[in-house]
Amino acid sequence: MSGADNVVWLGTPPFPEAARAALADTRLRANLRRATGTIRDRRLAVTAELDDWEDLRDTAAAVKRRTLRHLDRHLLRLEETVTAAGGTVHWAADAAEANAIVTRLVQATGESEIVKVKSMTTQEIGLNEALAEAGIRAYETDLAELIVQLDGDRPSHILVPAIHRGRSEIREIFRRQMGKWGRPAPEGLTDDPRDLAEAARLHLREKFLRAKVAVSGANFAAADTGTVVVVESEGNGRMCLTLPETLITVMGIEKVLPSFADLDVFLRLLPRSSTGERMNPYTSLWTGVTEGDGPQDFHLVLLDNGRTATLADEVGRQALSCIRCSACLNVCPVYERTGGHAYGSVYPGPIGAVLTPQLVGVENAASLPFASTLCGACYDACPVKIDIPEVLVHLRAKAVEAKRRDRLLPTPEAFAMKAAGVVLSSPRRLAAVQRLAALGARLVARDGWIGVLPGPFARWSGTRDTPAPARESLRAWWRRTREAGRTTTEGKGR
Amino acid sequence: MSGRDTVLGDIRSALVDVPDAEVPDGDPALHDPRSQQAGLDVVELFIERAADYRATVVRVPPSDAVAAVGRALTRAGARSLVVPPGFPEDLVPEGPWSRLEDAPPLTVRQLDAADAVLSTVAAAIALTGTVVLDSGPGQGRRVLTLLPDQHVCVVRASRIAADVPEALSLLHPRRPLTLISGPSATSDIELDRVEGVHGPRTLDIVVIADE
Ligand code: SF4
Repeated sequence: MSGADNVVWLGTPPFPEAARAALADTRLRANLRRATGTIRDRRLAVTAELDDWEDLRDTAAAVKRRTLRHLDRHLLRLEETVTAAGGTVHWAADAAEANAIVTRLVQATGESEIVKVKSMTTQEIGLNEALAEAGIRAYETDLAELIVQLDGDRPSHILVPAIHRGRSEIREIFRRQMGKWGRPAPEGLTDDPRDLAEAARLHLREKFLRAKVAVSGANFAAADTGTVVVVESEGNGRMCLTLPETLITVMGIEKVLPSFADLDVFLRLLPRSSTGERMNPYTSLWTGVTEGDGPQDFHLVLLDNGRTATLADEVGRQALSCIRCSACLNVCPVYERTGGHAYGSVYPGPIGAVLTPQLVGVENAASLPFASTLCGACYDACPVKIDIPEVLVHLRAKAVEAKRRDRLLPTPEAFAMKAAGVVLSSPRRLAAVQRLAALGARLVARDGWIGVLPGPFARWSGTRDTPAPARESLRAWWRRTREAGRTTTEGKGR
Repeated sequence: MSGRDTVLGDIRSALVDVPDAEVPDGDPALHDPRSQQAGLDVVELFIERAADYRATVVRVPPSDAVAAVGRALTRAGARSLVVPPGFPEDLVPEGPWSRLEDAPPLTVRQLDAADAVLSTVAAAIALTGTVVLDSGPGQGRRVLTLLPDQHVCVVRASRIAADVPEALSLLHPRRPLTLISGPSATSDIELDRVEGVHGPRTLDIVVIADE
């Protein structure tokens, strides 16, 4: 199994097809609209409370950009401090290597089950599947991840992976599946969120108390002290980080921060941007091992898996600053309508559209850079100021280029771009084309709207209605009214 | 070649555009991390913000502190109480509860069966309503304040910092740190916030005003 196989889910249709199916699901759209709307409002309220919010964003963006430019040195420093504090550091170039390291470490403990804290990184590498092949069962302990795991489903949101599920669906999943994984759902379980949370508490309690090995991700790691940070809400993180004897943390290499003091900025930015809280209920920070308190065996696995390839792209590199807050998902008009599954990747939404193609190679996720309207809402929301539209445009060019190389013949996009280039470079040609287009479009339009078009235009027009172009282009109108007028006035003045 | 050499080599070749002379920590901080909170009534703000995230907060004079702890335990009906090593004796109330000490270390089953735990804090953060534990005296191992269903936290007013940076500067990174803001919660079901999943479902904070 390769990393790319998990970052993008093999067998899922490309974005336009998947999105069409998602758009037809009205319940999904209602769930999403409500959820993203709620979380958007909360975020705006708590960010407005701070008068230095913009300063914080600028600082965080600068720290992240600067750190990436010297990533090797910070990682070496981290390795040194973690080791000095009694931890062991491992390096994994790709998913297969990381999975092999974790499997070996679990096997060394003699255990055949582990508990897990929600982690995008271990999903990205398909760790649960790799462990299952080695006969090790991984239990997800975050409530939403539990729902997704029990249902054999895929997560659809970075922060709220089961955002696409309503309460009654969750009750059904619990009733059907909990018994197969351990303690069954209580008799007479209702769909009250309180009841459902209680069912999860009981189901997982046994697993926490007997767990000997835990696997976690990391939100941040401070190079100067070796301190690793996990941010969470439910307490499942604290359980996993505290109760077992062995803790294995899998962390993308881009998560390192130069110093403990940098956490100041990020611990203020992350909760406000992600859940819209001033602070999430629980944040755990630990440095190596502490005698008599928590796991006595700590392993940190540093994962590349496409990150250095992303780092090599001077425009695309900024995507590695992402702190996975999911603010960009919650403001995205495309995400709000299609949901996370349509992106066919562990990383959905605007960040997924720029990160996924870079991690796996743009030719393996060529439709994702186009899964956006370039409206810029994501850029405005991003706490580390990743210019997502800029990266999207950059990747679109790469995708078109890759496709052309692939086929050696110009694709329709490449051809259209080329034609557009020819037309746009000459004002006279543009004017001529605009007149022609207006004429052609008005022939197929009805009541001023263009519906489904035949032939090569069907893919575009099948999912949207386009207003017919005006009889006269802006340029023509400008020339007729303004320029003519100006010439006249100027003429008079002379 | 080991994973380590591969990853480091790939990072270096990805960064060929970065001039050798550029220093890793060269930029001056754009932002003074000490937020401007002068003149703020940090105690009042802390109480308001902690309560906002559904902790039960009371502010008492030192003479009433032990009674306030007792009232919190009585309200939740605690019958067994974990007292971490180093917790001030004069703040442990008398009551119908049995007392558990962590010496020799309590097992997870014993802790899971305990109703409540007392603790002091290493610091508190007004702006976010957060308490910070560092496993120091009066707090004990992290697991002590994790498994019992009620956590009663005693906070001296002088321990309350205005914002995250001031609090972090009081802490030692080498110690395991836990930042707690309200009881355990989830918003995973239709984004309805539900208090109490795996951590203590009840968080009581007793703020002891300075003399
Ligand atoms: S790209 Fe920015 S807004 Fe989106 S998840 Fe990452 S940090 Fe958050």
